[in-house]
Amino acid sequence: MRRIDHAEAASQFIAAKAHQEFHDRRLWDLRLKRDREAHGIPEWEELRALASQIKEHTLARLSDYLEEFESRVKENGAHVHWARDATEHNQIVYDILSTRGAKTLVKSKSMLTEECDMRPFLERRGIEVIETDLGERIQQLDDEPPSHIVVPAVHKLRGDVSDVFARTIGAQPGNDDIHYLAETQRQTTRPYFLRAQAGMTGANFAVAETGSFVVCTNEGNADLSANVPKLHIASIGIEKMIPRIEHLGVFIRLLSRSALGSPITQYTSHFRAPREGGELHIVLVDNGRSERLGMRDFWHSLKCIRCGACMNTCPVYRRSGGLSYGATYSGPIGVIIDPTFNIRKYSNLPFASTLNGSCTNVCPVKIDIHEQIYKWRQIIAERNQRPFVKKEMMRIAGKVLADPKLYRAAVSAAGLAIEHLPRFAIYNWLNPWGRQREIPEAPQQTFRGWYLEHRGRP
Amino acid sequence: MRVGLFIPCYVDAFFPAVGIATLELLERLRVEVVYPLDQTCCGQMMANSGSQKDAAGAEALFVANFKDFDHIVTPSGSCAYHVREHLDAIAQTAEVRKTRSNTYELVEFLHDVLKVEAFPWAEFPHKVGLHNGCTTLRKLRTAKASEIDEPFFSKPLDLLSKVRGIEFVRPSRADECCGFGGTFSVFEEPVSAKMGYDKVADHHAAGAEYIVSADMSCLMHQKGCAERVGLDIRFIHIAQILNGDRA
Amino acid sequence: MTSRDAILAAVRANQPTPAPSLPEIPVFEKMSGSLLEQFREALLRMGGKFVDPPNGENPDRFIRSLFPEAQVICSASSEVIGTRALNSGCEPADLADVDVGIVRAAFGVAETGSIWLSEQDLRVNALAYLAQHLVALLDPGDIVGNLHHVYRDPRFKTARYAVLVTGPSATADIEGVLIHGAQGVRSLTVLPVSRPADNRASV
Repeated sequence: MRRIDHAEAASQFIAAKAHQEFHDRRLWDLRLKRDREAHGIPEWEELRALASQIKEHTLARLSDYLEEFESRVKENGAHVHWARDATEHNQIVYDILSTRGAKTLVKSKSMLTEECDMRPFLERRGIEVIETDLGERIQQLDDEPPSHIVVPAVHKLRGDVSDVFARTIGAQPGNDDIHYLAETQRQTTRPYFLRAQAGMTGANFAVAETGSFVVCTNEGNADLSANVPKLHIASIGIEKMIPRIEHLGVFIRLLSRSALGSPITQYTSHFRAPREGGELHIVLVDNGRSERLGMRDFWHSLKCIRCGACMNTCPVYRRSGGLSYGATYSGPIGVIIDPTFNIRKYSNLPFASTLNGSCTNVCPVKIDIHEQIYKWRQIIAERNQRPFVKKEMMRIAGKVLADPKLYRAAVSAAGLAIEHLPRFAIYNWLNPWGRQREIPEAPQQTFRGWYLEHRGRP
Repeated sequence: MRVGLFIPCYVDAFFPAVGIATLELLERLRVEVVYPLDQTCCGQMMANSGSQKDAAGAEALFVANFKDFDHIVTPSGSCAYHVREHLDAIAQTAEVRKTRSNTYELVEFLHDVLKVEAFPWAEFPHKVGLHNGCTTLRKLRTAKASEIDEPFFSKPLDLLSKVRGIEFVRPSRADECCGFGGTFSVFEEPVSAKMGYDKVADHHAAGAEYIVSADMSCLMHQKGCAERVGLDIRFIHIAQILNGDRA
Repeated sequence: MTSRDAILAAVRANQPTPAPSLPEIPVFEKMSGSLLEQFREALLRMGGKFVDPPNGENPDRFIRSLFPEAQVICSASSEVIGTRALNSGCEPADLADVDVGIVRAAFGVAETGSIWLSEQDLRVNALAYLAQHLVALLDPGDIVGNLHHVYRDPRFKTARYAVLVTGPSATADIEGVLIHGAQGVRSLTVLPVSRPADNRASV
């Protein structure tokens, strides 16, 4: 299984100058909007602390809350299914659809279904799956995964979308007017809502007290998917649980402000029971969450409410794009959960970080993201998953820096090299620092040398 | 008060003027400063790469050199943070714990311990952009971070404001990371360089003649970027300004 | 062992102990200003419209004057007749040609400019999404302060479906350009109209 080479992917992303600069500006703008909202609410930091505490309490008592949720769901006349892993989730969804003769499924955005790779599974079995969120639809038509969990096509410019739509849904080639493109998607997707036999949503929150779940969108596509077809399936990760309806006050106030810098999404939808004459199925999914719950240093990552604020603030993410991480979850939250899916494949990701800590500061549920990134590096080193060069460099550095004489010899050798070697010998493929930067000059004297000369031995 | 001066390896090797300024400044403030000659490194680089094993030797050497001082002061926020919060590749004896908790970054030491009110020998009549390195800012909390909703405070600004003639300009993304990140600068070089270019361009566009920071590691990276593109901007450590360097 | 039992067993085995306590949630009451005014400002910010009908104006006629081109006007509220009756037993897809949908909101939220609707208020849930435009009657006395007030409402325990609608359907997925009428309604218009005497809101 090949390691994802984030640096290489990033390099290509940066080379597409117009795209990268737009991507960076757009997401930084979301970060600034988030700041304005946060600073506009005097109780902002208190809300974060409350959200964090509610989530930590719930995760520590998750089995009780899951059972309470299940009981309520059944009383409400809906169905509960349990999926241990991605394959089981996909099979359950397929079984529900096929037993009801459903051939077309409209769905709203769900990172969980991406994680389970559900669409190809269903499509191979003859189910037509239509992504209805505009960003997700663009990505589906372009056969590319979403790059950001809230704005899936943020890495594309209008010309790219125009090309995709012209190629796939009969839009006028060359017409890149954004209103035209959005209207085209609206008109071509609408027939699917009307004729689909089933609709699928994810969930932002599941409430144990009432057996309800909450879906937040701006487009209203989740409500269309859930309220037009007779059959509604909701895929929900087990970590989405919160104890009571009243707790939604805290989370809904934090979610959209953190994600997009708006006080609330255009649609905040609460589903408790099937509609009259309809059917509601909830699929609760584990897929590694229960295992992560037992990781002392990493279980806090389960508090995540999928707002994407960490991605918006991350200076590395903004300059490399979500696709460079090679995983469903990218950016800071991706870096700390992806190694649990495949430590070797994602072993470089915790190093795609400067440990600057901005992500931790914007996280509405106070996940200690940068601390977890640091700890993952230790695990990856212990499990011998670092590339050879990095491993060796650190081993040698460790030896040199543990010995004053070796250290002094290395310093003077470096100084001599910088002073005497020609430019081409210093700036070449062996010296990544020097690719795009000048290296420091070698001073006449080290600090130690100066100290001995001017202050003598203590 | 006997202070042990810890000079990070890259300052010792490439920017001795920063170490000299730190020493002279503390001496002007009547602090007894000693520089243990066998020091090397705090272990941060190896630890941040995940290798506790490789960091252990440097960490043990750090404690051996600094265990007998009242305070340990270093002109590097990331080193001070590493010592205080992450120096755990070695057994945590009482001596290790004491050494760790006595370690201060320079601005912290000047502002919180010495509580310096004036730098009468200092004058810096230039337009200056202040760069707070991320570890120093968000982890040592020497200033308010833009993400957090709290009243404004800034220890480095408090100190620099006491310098005659200094004028501050504000870049548009004041506390976005500059992209050094230790070994990140080598292993994720494309993003690191892009972040560095963006940072120096931002300060330059705001009118900065100098970028000042309490972290020479950030400045080393930014300087490397600025020089490669020929950007007219200079770099100086806070110790140098506070010690009275004029340029 | 069923998947259910396996998952619950794994969760039980791995849950961190001890469990932090569940905090009390304050209401964060904001004392100043008119709730109606705050509601209106917030609604406008989210792309909604707020139109005060002239005193005594017949709601049917007024709404038609707002949408002169509309052919199919469907009301879930008995206060407005519209052009086509809304039968709660109809297929949602039958509403595909509705130009204007009309509802009475159960209540509004000053903090966000949201209105709250349940399946009772919608009669057919899909009305609020398939119609091209949505008009909502809102009694100014039915506006609460913030979301903490909202989430103490007992109707969440009885409603099968409840939605906080805040402005029209929107997206900014392409280059951050704001579009109204992404998938759902192209516009949301709120009319501050008191409830008729025989239709006091029940809690």
